[in-house]
Amino acid sequence: MSEAQAPLEAARSAAAGAAQFAGSDSRRYNYFEPKGRKATHYEDMTVDVQPDPSRYLLQDWIISFADGTPTYSQTWTKALSSDWHAFRAIDQEWERTHYQRQSTIVGMIAGAVENGRRAGVWKRFDQAWIKVLQNHLGAFKHAEFGLGTSTMHAQRYGYTQMINSAILTNSSYKLRFAQDLTLYLSELALDIPTLDLDAGKQHWLESPIWQPARRAVETIGGATDFLEQYFAVNAVFEPLVAELFRSGFVMQVAAAQNDFLTPTVVAAAEGDYQRNLANAVELFQLLAHDPQHGEHNQALLGGWLEQHGALAIAAAKSLQPIWSLPHVKTAQFNDALDNAIERTRTIASQIGLAASASLAA
Amino acid sequence: MSDGLTLNKITSQKGISVAEAARRIADLGWTPSYVQEAMTFPTDYKLSKSPRDPMKQVLRSYFPMQEEKDNRVYGALDAALRGDMFRNVEPRWIEWMKLFLAIIPFPEISAARSMSMLGRLAPGEELRTGFTMQMVDEFRHSTIQMNLKKWYMENYIDPSGFDITEAAFGRCYATTIGRQFAEGFLTGDAVTAANVYLQVVAETAFTNTLFVAMPSEAARNGDYALPTVFLSVQSDESRHIGNGHSLLMSVINDPDNHLLLERDLRYAFWQNHAIVDAAIGTIIEYGTANRDKHKESYAELWHRWIYEDYYRTYMLPLEKYGIKIHHDDIAAAWDRMVKKNYVHKIAQFFAVGWPVNFWRIEAQTDKDFEWFEHKYPGWYAEFGDFWRWYGKKSEPGETNMLFDQDNGYVYPHRCWSCLCPCVIREDFCCDEVDGEIYTYCSELCRWTHKVAFASEYEGRPTPAMGRFSGRRNWEEVYHNWDLAEAVKDLGFVRSDGRTLMPQPHLRFDDRRMWTLDHLGKHTIQSPMVLLREMSPADREKHIADYRAGFKIQPFPGH
Ligand SMILES: [Fe+2]
Ligand SMILES: [Fe+2]
Repeated sequence: MSEAQAPLEAARSAAAGAAQFAGSDSRRYNYFEPKGRKATHYEDMTVDVQPDPSRYLLQDWIISFADGTPTYSQTWTKALSSDWHAFRAIDQEWERTHYQRQSTIVGMIAGAVENGRRAGVWKRFDQAWIKVLQNHLGAFKHAEFGLGTSTMHAQRYGYTQMINSAILTNSSYKLRFAQDLTLYLSELALDIPTLDLDAGKQHWLESPIWQPARRAVETIGGATDFLEQYFAVNAVFEPLVAELFRSGFVMQVAAAQNDFLTPTVVAAAEGDYQRNLANAVELFQLLAHDPQHGEHNQALLGGWLEQHGALAIAAAKSLQPIWSLPHVKTAQFNDALDNAIERTRTIASQIGLAASASLAA
Repeated sequence: MSDGLTLNKITSQKGISVAEAARRIADLGWTPSYVQEAMTFPTDYKLSKSPRDPMKQVLRSYFPMQEEKDNRVYGALDAALRGDMFRNVEPRWIEWMKLFLAIIPFPEISAARSMSMLGRLAPGEELRTGFTMQMVDEFRHSTIQMNLKKWYMENYIDPSGFDITEAAFGRCYATTIGRQFAEGFLTGDAVTAANVYLQVVAETAFTNTLFVAMPSEAARNGDYALPTVFLSVQSDESRHIGNGHSLLMSVINDPDNHLLLERDLRYAFWQNHAIVDAAIGTIIEYGTANRDKHKESYAELWHRWIYEDYYRTYMLPLEKYGIKIHHDDIAAAWDRMVKKNYVHKIAQFFAVGWPVNFWRIEAQTDKDFEWFEHKYPGWYAEFGDFWRWYGKKSEPGETNMLFDQDNGYVYPHRCWSCLCPCVIREDFCCDEVDGEIYTYCSELCRWTHKVAFASEYEGRPTPAMGRFSGRRNWEEVYHNWDLAEAVKDLGFVRSDGRTLMPQPHLRFDDRRMWTLDHLGKHTIQSPMVLLREMSPADREKHIADYRAGFKIQPFPGH
């Protein structure tokens, strides 16, 4: 290089702003339309990471299944969308916020249980209540696990990164909570040697009280449409059965049995669900109001609500005897069920679905 | 505080053991009796034995551990900015991060999807937590890498190319190899993809080069951010390797699976080698400004990690289970690395194709030559003049080396299997599949397409095996396009609408940067399309000529 050219050499620093030239101030991801005025950090981390031939995937998917189905396919759900990329998760979760939240919950539960055990709170638990925890909270943890494995399965199939990430974090929350309950009961059993840790699974597998719930969960696991799974988990089973049991029973009743600990553990799942629900409602209301496919999707989602709703209602009603087990009765099953049905109706209407016959109850 | 007297010890109470916790958690699963789980992931493998989890994984210790790792990563990024890292970082290195970080988040998230498949296929629930952690890990890897890339974009002198990253990933002539890698994790036979290709080969063998060699080289180039992120990523890999090995052990248990395992180990090893060594080998050897002769070359690293650690201590012991290991394949890959100059020839391909990529590649110079000759004796005679030509042709308005008649470089065919260019000319081969002619970089890549990815294997039906599909040959997509039109179509033009995003140099100055006008009138052609159009006799001659190779013209004055 000649001396004359030397002054043209760029500044030595490689820091932003060290030189001005074409493109030197292009400091934002510019290949997608942010939902708001400015892209959020979540959007930057998420949008278009899973490519799409209709956007930038010039050479199309390059491996297919034996039947010709490509790596990602819109045929994996019967739902139709004029723009699968429009969805953004309401909770804006990306890796860091996910670990922060999960870690906070794990720490909160560990701290509560540790302090509770040290204070011997279990000694004041009502004896009938201990049996309820053993048999029914013990059974319920399997339902949570089933929702976790279904969403884990479903996160393979979404057509965009935004959809799959929302389902993935949903799965992570459910599986964590199933483990929270398992470990909580195992720790209680250290102090209460009569607590039978196998009884919960036995009830889940055999007790008539839980069989309709198991049928409903297995039906979700057996669905081949990943959005049907996601819908049935969040818009149907959670409000009608899971929240009914968690909030409509455990959270209402525990304190009266001198149990202030279990509600702390269970409350975490309600927080998780608020987020999962918000994400799910956002996605399904987009589909239900799709300018081209809204009608089709409403019929489809309505059908899922009908089918899974009937199973979930049956599951919910079958849990009724549990409400009469605690010594001190502070909650009425019928009130709880009415609340759950009302809640489910609200969810359905937020999505844009007409009231379902199965929710007429 | 002394070890003997921590708050924790004073106040701690008896808890449940990790083994007990893992056992209880594994018992969350049950065999459905009302409705069977949907089996939506095809496999030809038989899975009857439940994989064990020797690591006894439990989520409640996982999340806080990962949060802590994250805190360290984000703290280090802040510290790097406070320490003015970008004032001293080598642009040659950061430019290649535009390519690397465009590719890697998609393979990562694909691995998360793969856990769906393994979670459902693996009998029993003992390894479920392991798969769950891996799923969330991969979500972590994908987004933490997107974050690092955004951070470079915000703080590095030339953000152009980072700004269109995911769009560029879908379009660039070089990123297809990353998609082959990623789609290989999650499409076709689920065990082939998620267990063998991803866990047993990519994670167990090749993450060392990806996530350990890259950080070392980054640090040598003044980049302290990438090591923090990628060593943190790598710290999750031992769990994934464990998951993969457990599942492999449960699969290997059934002799019916042995033929498929032999096939998949061959395919996966060869393709991982072809793809990872092409990309990472080039970045580490050519994307660095550090020419310390005491550091290990990529070939030396490869020998240590792939040959000694992986082949000798992981692959060879599989023989005792009755799996045929193809020792020749490992030897052939090693020969490609050291005798056949695989990485050096791939680097040439990246360089001459600079107008259709989206980052800057500068010429190698005397200082680099000395290092290469020291590490790879004979390098200078074969590659020295090429880089001198490249340096000369980096001035705006010079004819791009692809189209220039002076320098003697001949654009390579593309391999239909690994999607890397067929740069080892003597190994180039063709075959016919379903009546169409395809080109391959090597015999094993030919075998992969024609024999492995088919509906039967050695007489055994393999209905679950995937197929190669799509417009795999990038050059075919732009066959007969004008170069400048193609660059515009790719979107590799800067915000002024005329300056090219890629540049064959590191001059951060508009007066020295190429614009669309500098590209001149040239037509892109796909060697494969041309080959298909030839008469059989011409084709044979072309193949013989291609195999004979080309000679770079002596650079005037050297
Ligand atoms: Fe990873
Ligand atoms: Fe190849």
